[in-house]
Parts: sequence; C-alpha cells; structure tokens
Amino acid sequence: MTEIAALKAGLLADIEKADTLERVEELRVGALGKQGVVTALLKTLGGLSPEERQTRGPAIHDLRQGVTDAIAMKKAALEQAALDARLASEKLDMTLPVDVVPEGSVHPVSQVMDELAEIFADLGFAVASGPEIEDDWHNFSALNIPETHPARAMHDTFYFGDNYKVTDKDGTPRAMLLRTHTSPVQIRTMTSTSAPIRIIAPGRVYRSDSDATHTPMFHQIEGLVIDKGIHLGHLKWTLETFLKAFFERDDIVLRLRPSYFPFTEPSVEVDVGYTLVNGQRVIGGSGDDDEGGWLEVLGSGMVHRRVIEACGLDPDEWQGFAFGTGVDRLAMLKYGMNDLRAFFDGDLRWLRHYGFSALDIPTLSGGVGA
Amino acid sequence: MKFTLSWLKEHLDTDADLDTILVALNDIGLEVEGVENPAEKLSGFRVAKVLTAAPHPQADKLQILTVEAGDGPLQVVCGAPNARAGLVGVFGREGAVVPANGMVLRKAAIRGVESNGMMCSTRELELGEDHDGIIELPAEAPVGTDFADYAGLDDPVIDLSITPNRQDCMGVRGVARDLAAKGLGTLKPLEEVVAMLPLVEAQGAGPDVRTDDPEGCPAFYARTVRGVKNGPSPDWLQRRLNAVGQKPISALVDITNYVMLGLGRPLHVYDMASLKGGLVARLAKPGEEVLALNGKSYTLDATMTVIADEAAAHDIGGIMGGEHSGAQDGTTDVLIECAYFTPESIAKTGQKLLLTSDARQRFERGVDPAFLDEGLEIATRLVLALCGGMASEVTRAGEPPVAARTLSYDPARCLSLAGVDVHPADQKAILERLGFGVTDDWTVTIPSWRRDIDGTADLVEEVVRIKGLAHVPSTPLPRVPGVAKPTATPEQLIERRVRRAAASRGLNEAINWSFLSEKEAVTVGGGDWTLANPISEDLKVMRPSLLPGLLSAARRNADRGASSIRLFEVGRRYFRAADGSSDERLTVGVVMAGDKASRGWATGKAQPFTAYDAKAEALALLAAAGAPVANLQVMGEAGSAYHPGQSGTLRLGPKAVLAEYGVLHPALAKQFDLGGTVVAVQIFPDAIPQKRKSGFMRAPYAPPALQAVTRDFAFLVPEGVEGDALVRAVKGADKKAIVAARLFDVFTGTGVEPGMKSLAVEITLQPGEKSFTEEELTAVSSAVVKAAGKLGATLRG
Repeated sequence: MTEIAALKAGLLADIEKADTLERVEELRVGALGKQGVVTALLKTLGGLSPEERQTRGPAIHDLRQGVTDAIAMKKAALEQAALDARLASEKLDMTLPVDVVPEGSVHPVSQVMDELAEIFADLGFAVASGPEIEDDWHNFSALNIPETHPARAMHDTFYFGDNYKVTDKDGTPRAMLLRTHTSPVQIRTMTSTSAPIRIIAPGRVYRSDSDATHTPMFHQIEGLVIDKGIHLGHLKWTLETFLKAFFERDDIVLRLRPSYFPFTEPSVEVDVGYTLVNGQRVIGGSGDDDEGGWLEVLGSGMVHRRVIEACGLDPDEWQGFAFGTGVDRLAMLKYGMNDLRAFFDGDLRWLRHYGFSALDIPTLSGGVGA
Repeated sequence: MKFTLSWLKEHLDTDADLDTILVALNDIGLEVEGVENPAEKLSGFRVAKVLTAAPHPQADKLQILTVEAGDGPLQVVCGAPNARAGLVGVFGREGAVVPANGMVLRKAAIRGVESNGMMCSTRELELGEDHDGIIELPAEAPVGTDFADYAGLDDPVIDLSITPNRQDCMGVRGVARDLAAKGLGTLKPLEEVVAMLPLVEAQGAGPDVRTDDPEGCPAFYARTVRGVKNGPSPDWLQRRLNAVGQKPISALVDITNYVMLGLGRPLHVYDMASLKGGLVARLAKPGEEVLALNGKSYTLDATMTVIADEAAAHDIGGIMGGEHSGAQDGTTDVLIECAYFTPESIAKTGQKLLLTSDARQRFERGVDPAFLDEGLEIATRLVLALCGGMASEVTRAGEPPVAARTLSYDPARCLSLAGVDVHPADQKAILERLGFGVTDDWTVTIPSWRRDIDGTADLVEEVVRIKGLAHVPSTPLPRVPGVAKPTATPEQLIERRVRRAAASRGLNEAINWSFLSEKEAVTVGGGDWTLANPISEDLKVMRPSLLPGLLSAARRNADRGASSIRLFEVGRRYFRAADGSSDERLTVGVVMAGDKASRGWATGKAQPFTAYDAKAEALALLAAAGAPVANLQVMGEAGSAYHPGQSGTLRLGPKAVLAEYGVLHPALAKQFDLGGTVVAVQIFPDAIPQKRKSGFMRAPYAPPALQAVTRDFAFLVPEGVEGDALVRAVKGADKKAIVAARLFDVFTGTGVEPGMKSLAVEITLQPGEKSFTEEELTAVSSAVVKAAGKLGATLRG
C-alpha cells in the first residue's frame, strides 16, 4: 500500500514541478503511457486474488485518477499561462487614432427642400418642376405681367439675347430669360395637368442683384392649390400648418398684410412673429410682444382669374391659391446662418458646420428638423 | 413714398396718434418702411442768444461767448467767424448729440478756457450744407425754446412702400383717403385743404398747345402765368420738401413737386422765354435728341412722345423735362403743363431709355385721368400765392380717358373668395369710403383714380383689406381622399438617393452658380446659353458641365489650406433643344482633390486619389440611383476634361452614357490652379432606364442548399487586353455553372515576359441539386481556358 502512496506522491510532486507542456506530456507517458508505471500497476490487477484486488484495486485506481486529474489540471494551467503570456505580449496602444472616415454632408438648401417636400406631402402636395431657362410668356405674360407692367421692373431679369428668341405656335416671338421666380411652374402645371391641383415647386431662380443679402442665384419654393371652393382661409391655414411643422413650434403667429402681385388677387404678404432671444431672432410668438417683431416670409394670394384662364381652366369653376417663399431664407431662419453668400461658396468648413448628415432624412415620425 | 404727419393731417381729419396710423397703414397694405422724427435727433438743442463775445487769449480764430439758452449765462468757446454779441442761434447743451457726427457734447477746456456746449452750423444739425458759420435766427426767436419746436421740425416722417398697383397712394391725399376708409377719421374736402390759396381770376386766352399723338398723350392741358417772380420757396414748403428728401430748387419747381407729392399729379413748368411758338405733344422723329434736365442727352425713336415747340423737342413726355426750357431764377412768364400720358407708352419709353423719374413712376402706373383740371387749378393758385403774376384761361387739348368703368358685383363673393363673411351693408360702406359708387343692384362704379381695379376679385380685396385680413379664418384644407401616394417623381427620388449616398460616402454637397465665365465654359466644350446682361463676366454662360463650378470651389478650399477635398453637387446642365427651348439635364458632379487619406502611423505616407477612386464613386452613386450596375460596360471617350489614359465612361449599350469618370486632364487642373491628382465624376441620371414598378411582390427565391465552390485561374495575356474583357470571357464560358467571376490579381515583372501581363481570376460555381463531379469541374475549367484563349490568354504554368 505504502509503495502506491509513495508512487502517487512522487508523481504528483513531479507534475506539480513540471513547467512546460512537454514535461507534462513526458510525465504522462511515464505514468499513464503503455509502458507507464501506473499502467503497469493496473495490469497487475488481473493476477491478483479477489481479496488482494479488494484492497489494492481501489488504491491503484485512485492513483490513476489522481495522476490523470493532476496532469489535466497542470496542462490547463500551463496553457492558460501560455495564453496569458501571449496576450500580454500582444498589447496595443489603444489610444492610437484610427483611420478617419471622411465626413460627408448634405447642403442646408437640399435639406430644407427635403423637409418642405415631407411637410407638404402630408398635406397632399406633389413636387413639380420646370425649366430655369424660361420664356417671357411663362415667366411674365401668363402671370398677368404684360410687357409694360411696372412689376416687370421689380424683377431684375437676366435675359438671353435676341438670337435666342423662340416663336410660339401663334408666331409670336418669346424672349428667353432666367426665371425670376418659381411661379412659371404654376403655369406649366396648370397647362399640363388637370385640376384639382396641389403642388409645390422648389428650385433655383435668378435676379441680377448682388449685395450682402442678395445673390444672383437663389432658391424659391412655390405652392399652388387649384380646386373648387378654395378661399383665402384655406391659404392661411395651409401656411400656418406649414410654418408650424417647419419650425416645429405651436406658437407660430402669422400676420397677413394686403399686398400686390399681378398673378394673385387678393394678394397677401405674410409676416411671421419672432422673439428676440439673446439678440437673435427666433421664429415663434407674436411679433407684437415686447421682445418681438415681424419678419416678412411669404408672398401669396388667390390665383388671378386671368392666370387661370391663360392656363385653359374655367375661372368660374376653379379657384385656388398660390404662395412663394425663399428656401435659403427659411434655412437661415431655422438654422441660424446669417450670410446668404456663404451658401454658394462651397467652403468645406461651412458645409460641414451647417450641413447635414446623410442619415438626417426628414420624416414625419422622426421630426422634419435636424 | 415719404410724407410727414402734418402733411397727412392736412388731408385727414383725425384724432389718431402716430402709432395707430402706422398700424392702420400696414393693415391696409400700405407697408411702412420706416418712420423717423427729425426732432428726436435735435433734442438738447435750443434757441439761444449770444450775450457777449470776447477774443480767446490763446487762439486768434476762437472767441469766448456768453450764451443765454434759458438757464442763465454759459461760457462757450466758438470758432465761427459770424459769432458776435446779439446773435440769436442754435445752442447744443451738454449731453446733446450732434446729428452730423454723433459727437456727445461735454463740458471741456478748449485751449485752456472752459466751454459748456456748442453753437451749431446748419450742417452740424443736418439741416443743410452750410458750414461757413453758425446758424443765425431772427432776433425775435424765443430764447430757451427747443429749436425743433421753434423750427417746426417736430413732425414725424413716414416712409411707405407703395405697390405698383396703387398709383393713387403715390400722393399724400391718396394715403389719407385709404386711412379714412379704414375708419381713422375723415378725408377733408380738397377745396378746404387749399382754401387759403388765392382763387384764379383768369385773364386772356390760354396758350397754344395741342396734341398730335392722341395715343401717347390723349390730353394736354395748359395755362400761362405772366409776371411771376421766381425765387426760393417759403420756409414751410422748403421744410416739407426737405423732410421727404426732395431738394428745394425754386418756388416754381417746388410747386410742381409739391403737387405731385401731395396730390399724385405730376406737372411741368416751362419758361415761356425759352419757347418758340406753341407746344405740341407729338411722336419723336427717329433719332431726335433731347437734352433732359438730368444733364444727359437721349436719342429717341418714333414710338416715344415728346413735348416740342416749333424749334425743337423739349420734354421726354411724362418722364423728364428739358434742360433749357424749365423755370429758372429769372423766369417771369411760365406755362404750366398738366397732361395725361398713356401708361403703356410711358413704360415702354422709360424701359427703352433706362430712364426713371418720379413722373414716370406715376404716369406708367396710371394717374387719375379726371384730375387734370383740379390739378392745374391748384398748381396755378400756388404759383399766384408764392410768385404772383396773372393767369390765363386753360387750354384743353384732347381728352383724358375718363369714361366711367363699372363692375357687377355679388357681395357673396367676399365669402367665397376670401373666406370672410362681411355684411353687404358693411361692404357697401367700405367701397363708398374708398370712392366707389354702389347702386342697389350692386353695380359698382370704379373711381377714376383706381386704374388697378378690373375685376370682382379686386373689389373683394378692397373690402377685405379695409375690413382687416385678421378676420380671415384659418380654414383646414380638406384632406385628399384615398390612400396617400408618393408625391415625388422618380427623378426626384433618384436625386434624393444619390445625394444622401454621396454624403454617406464622405462627399460634401456644394451648390455652385449655374453660370460660368466664357473661359471656364470653353474648358468643357462651351455653353449653349450666353446671357445678354450678365451681372459680371464670371457669371455669363449657363454651365454645360458641373465640373468647372466644382473645380473652382475645390481651388478656393485648397487656397484656404484644405488638404483633402471631396465635393459634389446635384444640379442641372443647360443645353438648347432643336426648337430653341431649354434642355436641362439633372447631373451629379464629383470632384476629389488633395489627399485621399492623410499620412498615418499605420498606413505611412498620404495617399493621393486615383482614377479607381473616381470609378468607385461613379459605381456607388449609380447603384444608389438604381442603375443596373452589373450590366454596365466600361468604355472610353470620357471627354477632353479627363486624362486620356485614366478615364472612362459607364454605359448601357454603346449610346447610353450613365457616367464619366477619371483623373482630370492635367491641363484643366492647371487652369483651375489645382495641384496633385484631381479626379472627377459626372453622373447622368436621365440616362438611367426607369424601373417599371409592378407592385411590391418580389420574384420567388430560396437560397441554394449546396455550397458554392471557387476555382482560381492565372492567365498570361497580352498587355493590351483589358481586365474586364477577360472577366467577361471567363464568366461566359459556362453561363449555367459560373455565377460570378472576379479579377483579383494583376502582375507584370519578373517571370512575365515583356508585352504580357498576368491576370488572376476567381470564378464561383454554384451547384444545383447535386454537387459537381470531378468531370464536370474539369469540363468547366477547360471551357474557361478555351474562352480566355480567344483573347490570346494562356494558362500560366
């Protein structure tokens, strides 16, 4: 008995001392291999009498189990140590910078146009478009602005020369120009689709004007509703609803003022109330409040019956409203830029600061502002 | 349009205060641009008397004055040559702000002598140009009173923005009429307003005037006043004109301006001594010249109306008087012209001559054709009052278009068009206060001064603007019935997707001018559209390409020190269709310059962009746009903007070019001052075939049960064979089994003979229901080698 115990103690001590996996394997072969000392002892069991087996058997099995477990444990411990050592050697400076993925951006004008399209889609307005190089019939005459009308002088128009003139189907020459507003899209929509109509038309427009607050190219959005029984009250509600949704404020207050546009009658200019917050105009609240004021944001009115007629619709059957406003200006009022010229400079620093992430897609559920 | 409060109140009998009037003006559509009271900037300035004047001991040009300004004598140092004891002038007290320079007056020592304020010149108070000495007031001016009160300057000046339809409000009286209609008092009868002027007792026949151009000038009324004495206008008139920014010239000229500004009636006064014979309104002779009173000479054509005597044309009719025939200081006999010019004719002439004037503005908007007699009469009475003389009878040549215009109006229209329910009686009252005639059956007569009214919608507007737009109820727009449909067109959806895809790939969206300089346009083949009146030579030609704008923006960024530039734009290119109309093509442009990746601890040196980066952007953006990217062919002919050997086009078939991309031609990069490799892309969404949408259901699909296998082939191919050709050939070798082929290695050098290159292709084979047998795989391999062989490729040993 004691020699088995001694053998066990010796083997366990050797295993305990082993410091490499090779040494553990060597010990395993020496003990448990085909020629191993423990294997040899196990083989003796068959030749023993039942009584002897009763006494020696458990001891030998205990020896084998003990040595097997010790080897497994030692092996696991050495493997763990080896892994720990390798991992320790693989340590990296995790503060080092990673490759910078360039930061793209969507221009604020595009963003605001997407916002407007989303807001108006909810009200059933489709997005329409038209050419930026227009003829004077669409840009002026059809909008009730004849050649001698003083309102033509209100628009500083870019013209293409006489050699660009086109002739309409009645043989009348039409001068080509850069559209001064998005209103010709009203005409193009009314002449090409059937009523009822609900559209918005955003796009580039041009005036020969350039100073701190004017650029020769800028962006407008036009709205047009032609239906039965539409009146000024619907216009007011639509503009209120649009501005509330755009600025995401319930306290938007509008002030309607009589005005004049040749293509609407009555014509209404729309002011929106703002409040001075730390010296900055923030849209919301009544302009008549102590810290408040009014900002002119929209021109609008009931579509002039002559315009409806010019488009081939019966003005006694159909009526509606139109409005127009500056997209760049809406962007400035909402997001706080103060220099229009920077919109068209392409300065990467400005584009990254005032631009929007690709994933800032305006949605009604997520909020149209970003 | 400027006027003062006192001028308004001459026509409007009202108790309303200034603020109430301003709010009402905005409410009725006469937009207040500004309001200013000159008295505010003159607070602290008083009428004062110089008691004593003594020389300054330290300075020859200065005097020490004792000034009484109501609070006891004060010592003041003064440099004005006219300062003397007994003079009554204007004194600025300590704390007052000098209007001309914003200086705050303080007690100070001037050359060692204490000074307690300042005696002021006309210019210092911004009341005129005179700066030769201090203001001298009459000796009886009440010492100690506020100077603004004394001088009648406590009169707010209101500036209105008048819309082009409201000529009637380009005179103070029209504004008063509108305010009265709004309920802010009553409009005084005109006779009452001019009651203090002498009546005309006409003597002798009127002047010889006639109109030979009844279309351009249907009516020409005139009278003479002989024996007048012209000179400076009286103070009240000068003050009024000064207040509204009209420079006083002489009594006769000031009277015409006063009648124009007050009553909206332009007039002209001729010095009869400068005229030869009678005056005629006639069409100009082609090439006839007129020297206008702005000192400029204008060459006229035969559509323009002039006022001429027997010798020459003097006036550009209704627009500007002549340099030599107007009233002068020594004028004694005058002819007053009061004519009606046709608005369209004035507008055309003014546009052609690029000449604007107060008279043109009023005539082209349409002055009151029924106000010729009264206007002429009031002007005459003013001449008699201010300059004396004897007036003749009036000559009336031609007839103004005064025929009454009527409209049949249904008061229910107010509710149906404006949404406001105004009681018919209220509507009638409003219209009548505005000068309309309204019969019981609602036949509405339009007042002669309201040329802008020509439909019932105009009447609704009149009622509603006077009633107040605040009464318009906010009325929900009915929802469109049925299921909400997408409201954007397929093109708009492509635009949105490409834009956001580009931004997600690290590109920054710019918006560049639609116009280029001619020089820039030439670099991209020249533009079809050139502006006749560009704002500058840099913004002249409509762009045929997005690249110049992006390259300019890139250069500006490079100049600012940007090291890595990735810009894109979504916008139109402009071409001219065969019928002369505009052909505008939605385009996406990309320009990348500088470092693709900056130097890094892991990657080493900074990486430049390559043509393949441009190709990657082109493919990614086309994919976002929904183009069938797998079917695109890479071809050449990207155009002269690109490096001929490092550029390409992506096409569907030989004609449909969906994109061009590549390294920018070094010559073009140089023109835009851009160093290093610049790469560019243009995508043409209009060439992308639109997908036919057939509902939401996808084609049925179940992933194959068996795993795909891959095989690699390395070929030696002649250098001229393009990779894409080999890949296509390989892929086509067994269309059923080979589902993908991908080029993964390109090698030239050791082991590859000159003129050849090694291309390695990986093919993916997808088994169907059974795995491939060795025989099948061998057959596919043979087919691949055979297909490649047709391109001169041999399997590398």
